[in-house]
Amino acid sequence: MLKLEIPAYVFEQMLEQAKAQAPIEVCGILAGNGSKVEKLYKMTNADNSSNRFMMEPKEQFAVVKDIRSAGLEMLAIYHSHPETPARPSAEDIRLALTANVIYLIVSLQDANAPAVKGFLLEDGNVAKVSVKISDSETSCDS
Amino acid sequence: MNLVVNGKETNITDGLTVSQLLVQENVKMPDMVSVELNGQILKRTKFEETTLKDDDKVEFIYFMGGGSVVN
Repeated sequence: MLKLEIPAYVFEQMLEQAKAQAPIEVCGILAGNGSKVEKLYKMTNADNSSNRFMMEPKEQFAVVKDIRSAGLEMLAIYHSHPETPARPSAEDIRLALTANVIYLIVSLQDANAPAVKGFLLEDGNVAKVSVKISDSETSCDS
Repeated sequence: MNLVVNGKETNITDGLTVSQLLVQENVKMPDMVSVELNGQILKRTKFEETTLKDDDKVEFIYFMGGGSVVN
């Protein structure tokens, strides 16, 4: 199984973003090298919706160039599910167009125990990815 | 003719349009990509009529979206 290692501080940033903007879905991009995340990019949800997200192309291009100039790779695309489980919806699968990245879903369904799970979504197929939060006792293996 | 495509030097046939470049770059769903040409986002309606020139810088990226919506 593929894995993704997220530093605790990045994990916390992702959670805080999701909580702060709930019930609106949030989204972003994680960059790093190999399986280790080094940088988080918070993106605008152009749909400003509680059950959909779409990134702004202008922001996407800026982030892609920044990742490249930093010598990093895009490792994951994340978004939140404010009221549903951390599993990909039909819409998530349909719009998982970017290859070679892990799709992360942050679920706030249980406000006391947010869940983060990772998936490979390719050609309609869903495969789980192990997500490890480093420098933390928290484990979100899926 | 030389272009920079997604940050990489690329040699292409002269006279290629943006649409043709996307095909050459194995973009399966060109309707689902955004294209930036020399720093400016190109309208989708211009993909077919825009002919690329030497040293153009092209970026293309798939839409990134989804959500918890139940269809």
